[in-house]
Amino acid sequence: MASPVSTAIPSSQLTVRKPRFRWRDTRDGVLMSAPAIIGLIAFVAVPFITAIVLSLYNVQADMAREPRFWGFTHYIRLFTDPILSGTFLRSLLNNLVFALVVIPVQTGLALVLAVLLNRKLRGMKFFRTFFFMPVVFPMALVAVIWRLILERGDDGLLNASVSVITGGLVPAHDWLGSSATALGSVILLSIWQGVGFQMVILLAALQEIPEERYEAARLDRANGWQQFRHITIPGIRNTLIFVTLLTTILAFRVYDQVYILIRTAGANEEATQTLLYTGTKAIFSENNLGRASAISVVLFVIIVIITLVQRGLLRQRSEG
Amino acid sequence: MSANNRARRTAAAFQNYAVLIVAALLMFAPIYYLLIGSLKPSSEVLNGFAGFLPTDLSLDNYVAVFRALSSDASGYFWQFMANSLLISIVVVVGGLLVNSLAGYAFSRLEWVGRDKVFILIILLVIVPFESVAIPLMALMQGQRDTLLVQMLPFIANAFSVFLFYTFFLNLPKSVEEAAHLDGLGAWGTFFRIVVPNAKPVFATVAILTFLSSWGQYLWPSLVTSDPAVRPLPLEMGVFSDREPADWGQVFAFGTLLVLPVLVVFLIFQRYFVQSVAGSAVKG
Repeated sequence: MASPVSTAIPSSQLTVRKPRFRWRDTRDGVLMSAPAIIGLIAFVAVPFITAIVLSLYNVQADMAREPRFWGFTHYIRLFTDPILSGTFLRSLLNNLVFALVVIPVQTGLALVLAVLLNRKLRGMKFFRTFFFMPVVFPMALVAVIWRLILERGDDGLLNASVSVITGGLVPAHDWLGSSATALGSVILLSIWQGVGFQMVILLAALQEIPEERYEAARLDRANGWQQFRHITIPGIRNTLIFVTLLTTILAFRVYDQVYILIRTAGANEEATQTLLYTGTKAIFSENNLGRASAISVVLFVIIVIITLVQRGLLRQRSEG
Repeated sequence: MSANNRARRTAAAFQNYAVLIVAALLMFAPIYYLLIGSLKPSSEVLNGFAGFLPTDLSLDNYVAVFRALSSDASGYFWQFMANSLLISIVVVVGGLLVNSLAGYAFSRLEWVGRDKVFILIILLVIVPFESVAIPLMALMQGQRDTLLVQMLPFIANAFSVFLFYTFFLNLPKSVEEAAHLDGLGAWGTFFRIVVPNAKPVFATVAILTFLSSWGQYLWPSLVTSDPAVRPLPLEMGVFSDREPADWGQVFAFGTLLVLPVLVVFLIFQRYFVQSVAGSAVKG
């Protein structure tokens, strides 16, 4: 294996190169990482740059007309055009509301479940299984199960339950069709599917907190809430921020359930459309690849801003 | 005092169980509804609480699903299942190989340009697939309606590379150095020494990749229209939209869609839970 390759390098190059790099490592390193790097360039970097370029053109999905350079027209129209901006800004708002509701509710619920499961009692693994189970359900299936639960007539499970609880006082409600409850319904089924994921991450963080801290607190006569406030929360602070970051990003990527519920279950389109839904609709219904790309770029910019803000928060807190 | 203490502890435990049982029932209700509904006559599935009662159970709906999906026009159930399985297996196995090799190259080998390329990988972790799906679809028009177009974009994964990278970084170096002295090159060291010692991270990446691959909806909806290459979740949407709707059959279809994952989850649940918790390594 004594490689002749390394001796073939001119000595002048060897002195220029930082000594910690080795030629044989470079050959192996490049070969080993090449498949992943080529894949990432081809399927992430190139389409990403393509999105930016296409968003500056008036270009159709089927390329029936010659693409024309449009500058920032798509972006300006998305935000200001009297007809277009309504749909776009509404989908942006829906994403925001989705995020603002799901982050505290889902994270809070996940934390409550994780704290309950963190007690040293029998059968905790059994309960953990139940709470985690929906995570393995594909969103396409979750949407179909829940559209039946939320069905508008008396036949829907939710309406039947409400009727029993209130003794028939409250009439059947169209949960998905009504603009007041449509987004809330989508949020409900999304939380059902996702809460187990956050719970497991938080549970792992809770188990990392040394038991001695709680013992010391109990010696100081700290009550349950004080222990939670001054030991549990600081102990999982970084994980909480991480989970919040993850949930925020997922909230902006919402698509599957919205598409299926609007297309097949009569969900209120205006109240539930998200950025990705509006983007794919621009292609399929309006044949507008340029605008769809502009929406993708806006989605990306939002996610980058959230990531940077929350990374900054993480760094600040852990240094402080 | 200790008796008092014990009583209080028992009360707290009781309270804990009460809340957990209620929460577990609520969480399990939709799953129970799916499983029971798939075994009931269609007229009873969407009929208030009747849909919840385990009465008139039979496998008729399953038989009907296979019968409904058994022609060229509708597509074949086993074809959808095979498509999903094939796509997921290729994406998982290919992803394990490609991303672990890259993770090793970044964490252990010292090569020219490594650090700059690694920054690129870290930047790509932030780019959500959803934001490149539409332009990628435009770029891959030529490969529409193939299985390959549904696999290729998901094999190389920046987050998987990152998970492998952090795991390898924390492996003790001494064993690998001994391997080097024995004359094993980077490839030999990786496959014979590193891989056998890195089972947890391989399990983590395999499970996370499989879960997201099996449920894939957006991408196949963009690049396929031919039932011959359609994966199961996409057919779930199509199947549930048929007129008139047959909810018993839809639930049977849904059960068949989730059953493989559910069984694997129940057998390997320890690994699932560890995987998700392990994916939270902070960057």
